[in-house]
Amino acid sequence: MRTSTVDRITEVAIAAFLWAFRIVVVLVVVIGSFLTLSSGRYAWETWSSLIVSGLTTGSIYALIALGYTMVYGILRMINFAHGEIFMGGAFAGYFVGTMFASIGLLSQGPLVVLFAVAVMIVVAAAFSTVLALLVERIAYRPLRNAPRLVPLISAIGASYFLQYTFRGVFGAGIYVYPDVALLGQRVPIDFLRLRWVDVLVVVAAVVMMTGLYLFVMRTRMGTAIRAVSEDKSTAELMGIDVNRAIVTTFAVGAAMAGAAGVLYALLFDQVYFYTGFVPGIKAFTAAVLGGIGNVPGAMLGGLFLGQVESVGPTLFLDGFNVPSVNQLKDVIAFTLLVLVLVFRPSGILGERVTAQRA
Amino acid sequence: MTLLVASQVTKRFGGLSAVRALDFSIEQGSIVSVIGPNGAGKTTFFNCIAGFYHPEEGQITFDGMPIHHLRRDQIAHLGIARTYQNIRLFAKMTAIENILVGQHFRLHGTWIGAVLNTAGVRAEEVASHDEARRLLRFVGLAGKGDVPADKLPYGDQRRLEIARALATQPKLLLLDEPTAGMNPAETAQMTAFIRSLRDELGTTILLIEHQMRVVMGISERIAVLDYGEKIAEGTAREIQTNPRVIEAYLGSGSAADIAGQDQGEIDVTLPSGG
Amino acid sequence: MTNQAVAPVAPDAPVALAAAVDWRRAVRMGLLFGVVALYVCLVGMVEVFQPRALVTGIITLGQTTMVLVGVGAAYLTIRGQSMDRAGAAAAGALAGAVAGVFPAVLVVIMELVNLRAMFLHASPGTSAVLTLGLGVAGAWIPIVALAIVGAATGLLLTARTDIQRPAAAALVALLLTGLFAGLLRPPLLASPFTAALGRFLFASDGLTVAGAVIAVIAVVGGRIAMRRVNLRSRVAALPPERQRAIRPFSLIALVLLVLWLPHGVGPFFAQVVAVVALYILMGLGLNITLGLAGLLDLGFVAFFAVGAYTVGLLTSTAEYGIALWPFWAAVPFAVLLAMAFGAFFGLPILGIRGDYLAIATLGFGEIIRILAGSDLLKGLLGGPRGIINIPKPIEVPPDHLLAGPIQIYYMGLVFALVVAFVAIRLRDSRLGRAWLAIREDEDVAEALGVNLVQTKLLAYMLGAAFAGLGGAVFAGLLGSIFASSFPLFVSINVAALIIVGGMGSIPGVVVGAIFLIGVPELFREFSEYRYLFYGLALIAMMLFRPEGLLPSKIVQRELHVEENVDPGLGAVAASWEPKGTRR
Repeated sequence: MRTSTVDRITEVAIAAFLWAFRIVVVLVVVIGSFLTLSSGRYAWETWSSLIVSGLTTGSIYALIALGYTMVYGILRMINFAHGEIFMGGAFAGYFVGTMFASIGLLSQGPLVVLFAVAVMIVVAAAFSTVLALLVERIAYRPLRNAPRLVPLISAIGASYFLQYTFRGVFGAGIYVYPDVALLGQRVPIDFLRLRWVDVLVVVAAVVMMTGLYLFVMRTRMGTAIRAVSEDKSTAELMGIDVNRAIVTTFAVGAAMAGAAGVLYALLFDQVYFYTGFVPGIKAFTAAVLGGIGNVPGAMLGGLFLGQVESVGPTLFLDGFNVPSVNQLKDVIAFTLLVLVLVFRPSGILGERVTAQRA
Repeated sequence: MTLLVASQVTKRFGGLSAVRALDFSIEQGSIVSVIGPNGAGKTTFFNCIAGFYHPEEGQITFDGMPIHHLRRDQIAHLGIARTYQNIRLFAKMTAIENILVGQHFRLHGTWIGAVLNTAGVRAEEVASHDEARRLLRFVGLAGKGDVPADKLPYGDQRRLEIARALATQPKLLLLDEPTAGMNPAETAQMTAFIRSLRDELGTTILLIEHQMRVVMGISERIAVLDYGEKIAEGTAREIQTNPRVIEAYLGSGSAADIAGQDQGEIDVTLPSGG
Repeated sequence: MTNQAVAPVAPDAPVALAAAVDWRRAVRMGLLFGVVALYVCLVGMVEVFQPRALVTGIITLGQTTMVLVGVGAAYLTIRGQSMDRAGAAAAGALAGAVAGVFPAVLVVIMELVNLRAMFLHASPGTSAVLTLGLGVAGAWIPIVALAIVGAATGLLLTARTDIQRPAAAALVALLLTGLFAGLLRPPLLASPFTAALGRFLFASDGLTVAGAVIAVIAVVGGRIAMRRVNLRSRVAALPPERQRAIRPFSLIALVLLVLWLPHGVGPFFAQVVAVVALYILMGLGLNITLGLAGLLDLGFVAFFAVGAYTVGLLTSTAEYGIALWPFWAAVPFAVLLAMAFGAFFGLPILGIRGDYLAIATLGFGEIIRILAGSDLLKGLLGGPRGIINIPKPIEVPPDHLLAGPIQIYYMGLVFALVVAFVAIRLRDSRLGRAWLAIREDEDVAEALGVNLVQTKLLAYMLGAAFAGLGGAVFAGLLGSIFASSFPLFVSINVAALIIVGGMGSIPGVVVGAIFLIGVPELFREFSEYRYLFYGLALIAMMLFRPEGLLPSKIVQRELHVEENVDPGLGAVAASWEPKGTRR
């Protein structure tokens, strides 16, 4: 059979490229780690704080990623505005927190502080949910049957609109979260550099993710959501209220994101109108990493991304004497993403969305 | 000479064998049909030939060359073209544009030539447009070249799809239910047209059809599939009187009934669809 | 919204006035716009726009926002309903009043509670605007004012057509000239001939009264004059040969206008046009990748960056320049290198499906941006300090005709025209047809012999080439580039402008660029709220006209076939799906 030269070149080029890619990545990872670790430049303390930081950031990414993955699963739509929903929660938490601080609630004993933080999280989740439902009603619902790019653009528009609304209403300044002394203290475990706030974030995230998983797997509404995600028309024929399932999906995802907003702000102490953008992108990356539409996948993807981002630059690159490794943390994260998409397109745990006829 | 040989072709989807150990061959210049009840595996078999599926077992050779693992465009280059059960035209493109896409790999103008508007590219475009119009005339759509494909009436759309397939200058043409949804007059026209494809162009034709009038009318050989297996093969007459075939279509017991009837031409219009 | 049913009435009984007015709708619209009014206040538009006047001394922009809210409430109440004048006025007044309640309540609450801790703009400033300076004592003012506005709107909507049209046009003209006063004034003041006129028409913060009057007269007079002369139908009535003869003249007139524009309107306008031209360049590139081949590339800015950095490195006279080449020698390299990157990125990811492709490409774009500004590559690419001292395409002395923004303007336009020409040729070529086929149904395209990988790769590479050219021109015109010039935002912008303009349509790209890039640039004055409206505009476009402003098939059909068919959402739906390959 005659094969044109261009044909052959392209095929060879692709194969060669993919192999080179794999090899380079493996080399960088293995050699880099070896060099870094053997240089002994970093003590266990550094690594432990990197790992902890990866856990906490990863938990936050996971919480946000859940919203992306569930909405994509049920509507095949990338909810670009989800990052702003996250930020909205952070803002709501700020105001509640400031109010609590002004009445001295945040400097009390652990139980009171925990309660206060819990209230902040609940209010944030509620606010985010309302925001998300508004966006869904106005910008997404009319476009449910439109071709894919249309709701995407609408989502982008919603994202800008929310960002600049927040800027207008709350100003462009940075809002510093009230100081919660208790949270900043170190956990009395010697070999780990752990603060109480880190524990809070991880525990809260795990609790919420478990709750969500049980919701999706064990409750009727959760099953309905899964059914609609798999086959909307059949689910409808079976009598499932599709609209309610969709709205619930948005609500639940938003609540997770809103809570994540408070946790993020507690970790990083501040929030401003643009806060949502970058974590939003990272969280979507995490969702894709884990397998879009796959709830445990989003959790795994988030945690994994958090670790890679946190530990990766130092572990892989420092050995090569790359300057300012932390500048490149996003590069590592995105390279990871591309790797997964090229070599395992359905994500780590495999996507749960029905394969589309391309 | 034998143009296409399928031997022991098996295609599975999960635990289901859509096509099982299928042996089939097509002589050059013949018109051959594949029939069978719904879900018998006819379109799956088509898809295996055309490269839309790759069989798990068995092989398919075309013109002596194995094709069962090739990409669709490679298969097109070798000279196999097809139409689709649910018409898949490029809806937003005009009729003539649809045909021009069919000519794509037969033309050689590069994009650089197009940007620079070289004489070669200009000449090729003129020639390809002429050829496309000729094909339109051939299928009876003269003058409708600039109509968007989705605005054409149903029968015209089927013709256009065939014209588009012909634009690839195929040796073997796979037609998937070309008369679906047509009334008897249109069906007769289409039948005559299919025959003319072979007579005038020398194209070998493989047909999936449900209308027995068409099948029995123009096929030199017919293969009957049921549950993925070939249960009979032969001429129209042989198939019509084959008890297994009758049983597959009409259920057991009817074979005996029909066998008792007059041995004239059985005009059975079998349930179509699917 | 249900029309209130007219009660069955005996033929000779007087028609009850109230039956024709949908009061509930008025209240509903009032409530809706009340929330809008609240939003407008809290997001700060009222306060921030206050220093700027629509007509100096008469009405400020801050007040105008509230007026517009009232107009909106009344308009939606009355539109589509059949009411008589009194009824419309009443309904409008009701809608306005209800809307006005919200700001009134806000004023009262602000007096009682310090909302400022949370809402930056729940401030005395906002309160002053709403109550015309009276504070809480004037809390009734918004209600009454909006009621009056609503009533006036009602009257206008039910006026005779020959009054309504000119009045509406006059108001719109007033609004637009007032809004753009900041743009129109400086060029008038710059030239000694028009300076006096400039001062007459525009004060430092908006239109003067005289200016407002003249704007209204100009529009109304212009409309009447157009009617009288009736240019359109007179031209249409001419025999075809005369029509064709006129065309070159109108074309020349257009060209002359375009050439004169930056001289007449000023350097700011020239810069805006240049930015639009660059986005058109990039848009044409992404139009191939996304609009024709259906590949959603959100990392497009990476190729733009490659082109810019190539030119920067090859031509800069500062420390990171490596070759000191002239601009025109560097451009082909920029384009080729961008294409190479396109191949490099494209090869591994072309097998990735639709939405994932978007994220993968987004990742690439970000990787490039970060690497470009990183310390790792600082020695080569200048790190955060970027590359400076990039010479202009045509080096001229400062007072030459082609100095500064003027050159940017002309160069931008020239490049955009050339690239548009290439894009048209590509679209109409064999390759262009293959791209369209892939977008429509790539399985069938492949079965017809189209090699998907090669064709998609070409789409990706050619798109990258256009973007690289854009980057090269960008570097040359701006003189310095930094990694921060290439954020994700740019890629999103380009994708949005293609979709808003009409996918796959070259005029659509131009229109999209003008609307999504040009118009916000013109509104630079209102910088904080530009993106708010931008986001709103995107949503509105998708809700009401998702096929884009100038969809390609409409343009094609208007040229070839007589029927004017509006495709509507369903009809163009199939042409939109971004396709990935099956895997």
